[in-house]
Amino acid sequence: MAFDTLLVANRGEIAARVIRSAQSLGLRAVAVYTTADAKAPHVAIADEAVWIGEGPVGDSYLVGDKILEAAQQTGAGAIHPGYGFLSENSEFAQAVEGAGLTFIGPEPKAILSMGNKAEAKRLMIVAGVPCVPGYEGEDQSDAVLIGAAGKIGFPIMVKAAAGGGGRGMRLVHDSADLAEAITLARSEAENAFGSGELILEKAITRPRHVEIQVFADTHGNVIHLGERDCSVQRRHQKVVEEAPCPVMTPELRGRMGAAAVDAARAVDYRGAGTVEFLLDGYGAFYFLEMNTRLQVEHPVTELVTGLDLVAMQIAVAQGEPLPLTQDDVTLTGHAIEVRLYAEDPANDYLPATGPIDLWQPASGPGVRVDAGVVTGQEVSPFYDPMLAKLIAHGPTREAARARLIKAVKDSVLLGTVTNSAFLADVLGQGAFAKGEATTAFLDQAYPDGFPATQASPANVVLALALLLDADRQRTKQAAGYVSDDQLGWSSAALLPLHVPLTFGEEELTPRALAKPDGWMVWVGDDQFDVSFADCRNGQIRARINDQTVDLVAHVTRDAVQIAVEAERLVFRRPRPGAQDDTAAAGGRVVAPMPGLVVEVQAEPGVMVTKGDRLAVLEAMKMQHQITAAVDGTVAAVHVKAGQQLTAGDVMIEIEESE
Amino acid sequence: MGFVSQVVRDSESYAKNRADMLALVDEMRALEARPVALSEQRRDRMEARGQITPRDRLAHLLDPGMPFLQIHGLAGYCVDNKNPEKSVPGASLIIGIGFISGVRCMIIVDDAGIKAGSMVEMSGAAFLSAQDMALKQNLPFVHLVESAGANLMEYKVEFWANGGKLFRNLARHSAAGLPNVAVLHGPSTAGGAYMPGLADYVVGVKKNGMAALAGAALTHAATGEKANDRDLGGSEMHATTSGLVEYLAEDDAHGVAMARDVMARLDWNKSLPERRAKNVQPPKYDADEIAGVVPTDYRIPYDVREVVARIVDGSEFEDFKPGYGAATVCLQAAINGISVGILGNNGPLDPAGANKASQFIQLCGQSDTPLIFLNNITGFMVGTQSEQGGMIKHGAKMIQAVTSVDVPKITLYIGASFGAGNYGMCGYAYDPDFLFAWPNAATGVMGGEQAAGTMEMVARAGMKRKGIEPDEDKLKMQTAMITQHFTSQEGAFYTSGRCIDHGVIDPRDTRRVLGFCLETCLEGRARKVKPTSYGVHRF
Repeated sequence: MAFDTLLVANRGEIAARVIRSAQSLGLRAVAVYTTADAKAPHVAIADEAVWIGEGPVGDSYLVGDKILEAAQQTGAGAIHPGYGFLSENSEFAQAVEGAGLTFIGPEPKAILSMGNKAEAKRLMIVAGVPCVPGYEGEDQSDAVLIGAAGKIGFPIMVKAAAGGGGRGMRLVHDSADLAEAITLARSEAENAFGSGELILEKAITRPRHVEIQVFADTHGNVIHLGERDCSVQRRHQKVVEEAPCPVMTPELRGRMGAAAVDAARAVDYRGAGTVEFLLDGYGAFYFLEMNTRLQVEHPVTELVTGLDLVAMQIAVAQGEPLPLTQDDVTLTGHAIEVRLYAEDPANDYLPATGPIDLWQPASGPGVRVDAGVVTGQEVSPFYDPMLAKLIAHGPTREAARARLIKAVKDSVLLGTVTNSAFLADVLGQGAFAKGEATTAFLDQAYPDGFPATQASPANVVLALALLLDADRQRTKQAAGYVSDDQLGWSSAALLPLHVPLTFGEEELTPRALAKPDGWMVWVGDDQFDVSFADCRNGQIRARINDQTVDLVAHVTRDAVQIAVEAERLVFRRPRPGAQDDTAAAGGRVVAPMPGLVVEVQAEPGVMVTKGDRLAVLEAMKMQHQITAAVDGTVAAVHVKAGQQLTAGDVMIEIEESE
Repeated sequence: MGFVSQVVRDSESYAKNRADMLALVDEMRALEARPVALSEQRRDRMEARGQITPRDRLAHLLDPGMPFLQIHGLAGYCVDNKNPEKSVPGASLIIGIGFISGVRCMIIVDDAGIKAGSMVEMSGAAFLSAQDMALKQNLPFVHLVESAGANLMEYKVEFWANGGKLFRNLARHSAAGLPNVAVLHGPSTAGGAYMPGLADYVVGVKKNGMAALAGAALTHAATGEKANDRDLGGSEMHATTSGLVEYLAEDDAHGVAMARDVMARLDWNKSLPERRAKNVQPPKYDADEIAGVVPTDYRIPYDVREVVARIVDGSEFEDFKPGYGAATVCLQAAINGISVGILGNNGPLDPAGANKASQFIQLCGQSDTPLIFLNNITGFMVGTQSEQGGMIKHGAKMIQAVTSVDVPKITLYIGASFGAGNYGMCGYAYDPDFLFAWPNAATGVMGGEQAAGTMEMVARAGMKRKGIEPDEDKLKMQTAMITQHFTSQEGAFYTSGRCIDHGVIDPRDTRRVLGFCLETCLEGRARKVKPTSYGVHRF
């Protein structure tokens, strides 16, 4: 059981985080990576790194044999699976043990039991853990499912038995919608997990999602480390996680903790695990599922308990007893975590890819950033678009919240779209500030979705002045000697330069005139005097009409990205003479994001009307409907089911009707 | 040596000087604004045609935030229209030296917003002057073309005769190894067609760009052929059929961007020597104070060192022979780290002053030090003592020295510049590299009062000879007329209108102008060019 080399079968922030703990314990850490991840930080910090494929997870991080081969090649005695990928794959865990290596996680049997929701629920009922009324039978016919749903009552949740992370999950309010929901959930489940088995559960309306961190060793000790409240979710994806839960009492924690420990004991659990519950408004809680791995949100528990959960996982795997008893567990202060994603909250959370032109994480007292990216890296379409976790700890919830809002603003990632403005806004919402958020919070707070960032005149001014300043720097370098006092000077007045900029779809034409110390910029009829003062630690201090703005920017010839507060804005400067081809785009249906074609409904020669479904594209766990933007006839179909696309690929062409 | 200013900033004279000077600067800015305002009236019409205005083209052409020195901004003032209140300066051209893709260039933009860019009386002179300057300073030349050509209603035979030099200069410019780029934004017909014809690189703008020896009307008149302008000379035709256009642009902004690309691809700065790191100290005395230091009335004396202290690095200079020929001031100083010899006047040129100046000029020639002439000179000293002292021969030596010294010469008219004093101090005829005037400058063969006084003496002598009693009223009228005749021609705005300088500047910009001009001269002289025998032919 003793080992001196640990292979981390994962990528991104969790791989980096596990490697650091392993190294701090004196272990040699081995990373695995793909070509797409060659520049990733987990590769850079590992003592050794093994290449396991080009990019797609099916050829790399999900291939157990490659991982085992890498472990053997590097003399690793143990494998830490992180979360996702192979972390809850019992066959892999079995294979690891079979190869004589240590799997950092529970026994394969425990993974298998908890991995199937139906079986898990049956086990929990036996163990006396409170469960939501539902159906978890083996008969999966539509008629039986619909009949069971009638008995349980609406609203009802349709879930993939093998699922997790929200995939294959549907909330149904009305019996009329049930049949379609079952069909969709089954298809999603089949695509995602290879099994279309579904379970039904009574939907608890507006519950909190409260989960208990449990830890078990191989000496029969099982303890819990308190709870995490992960109620702020969008489509069952956690957005904000905190510890402790704002409405927790010691008495309730005791009951929930005991239930979680019972759940862990029921499957002879080993290592770190999480038992998820729904907590309703009356203090009743129901078993949801058990995650047999380290959770994404484990840092909040670490910050309030002062423990290193990864180090504890490794110790348990090496056969050591837990370093503390239940009575030793203390919870100090409050910690909150948010997940920084490469996605567009204003556009249905569409995942984004692209270069990371700048990554500047926040730092400061009580702030922890677990990042899986570095400047110069590329966010590829192959993996989960989570970039980093931003976590803040403070003596009170309010202190932690204030620190986290600042950390979100100060953590700047430029190059690809991120949800940073959304995160700051969520943390600033009154209901969240008061600790009242339930799983219904986001839908209530943003009934119409999260609004797109607007280009305020001040930001347009900043963008233009930054572009022109960079131009000036460049030409001053290229030119012969030009003294500083001549910059921005003309012996006779020039007229302002009209600069066409685009901000998303919006076209702007601000004007600018150079001044010795900066620029005069006009947006519409409003005039702004802008200059840039000292730049320190990548921060630029701008002065606009006697107001000071701190920002971070990344400027190229054709675009400027700026980070002001939590907003991240991209302005592009089109080159003159570029042909405007947007007019012709109406009939061309392009992939809005990288993804897998699941279904193609469009057939050549068929008439379609605007809004008709043409295809379904699965990207980052979500199935996106591709619909016709115009009325017309399908002229060509360029894709088929199972095909992987990158954003911008032409999928279907429609000949627009007159 | 540091200089200690004697100027009292809160004195009455400082306040008056400043108010007077700034009023003149305002007047200058108002004149400069006239062609801008007139041209702007055509903005809507041009934009409706899918064009951008000439000044917008210039803004797109220039590197943002880099300096721009306008040349001949007041050309034509009081020439076409004698009324100073109505005359629109500029000669339908916007001329200057600026940076394009990091390259210092001579730029001419046809002001198509004024009479469709047609040439006026002083357009030719300003154009030729800019071309000469480009040749002399080894500057690439960029012309944004849109001109209706010569105004047939105001045709004069000498326009046509002299106009040929524009094209000769383009040929010389190309032969000198200096690239020139034309962007065809609008029509360029008849002789104007040779603007693109003789350019090394032509960018043609679709739809509006047009070059033909004769447009549809003249073609019909000459041959009876009914043709249309696009077939005769449209950019699209020239890009595909005649071979006159190298690069076809979608619109004006694209055309200008293409001209910038052409310039960027030349790697024109490859032969420039590495810049030496310079630790340039700004003047200790603020350049802005110049307005308060100098009386606008040249009859009030002041120490020209007060001006120099507000121009040169660190307000420091060496005084060359201050005790000999004291009214002529020779100073060694630096501007932006470039050593310069500066000549100024605290009074008329006397024999000692002329000798000192000649020696100083020759020394600067020996060390290849650029010369700056700050003209405030009422002339060579007259009188028995001066004549017997050899004023003519000493003045002659100074004129020889100024004529022959082979260093960059920059002349500023900062006050008076009269008679042969102007010649000795490197006036217009002495072909300085750059010649700018302050708005208070007064130039001419002599002051109006001196001329009138002289003529009065002559008249009285004549009357006396004829035994006639002098008619005082008539004499008074004569004096007034002569004074008016002279003074109306001596002002800086008037002389600049006739292109006998390169423009009028705000005195507070003097250090920047000098710095810019010096760099232009040094860059031009350092540039390695590859002259060819015939220029590059268009095939």
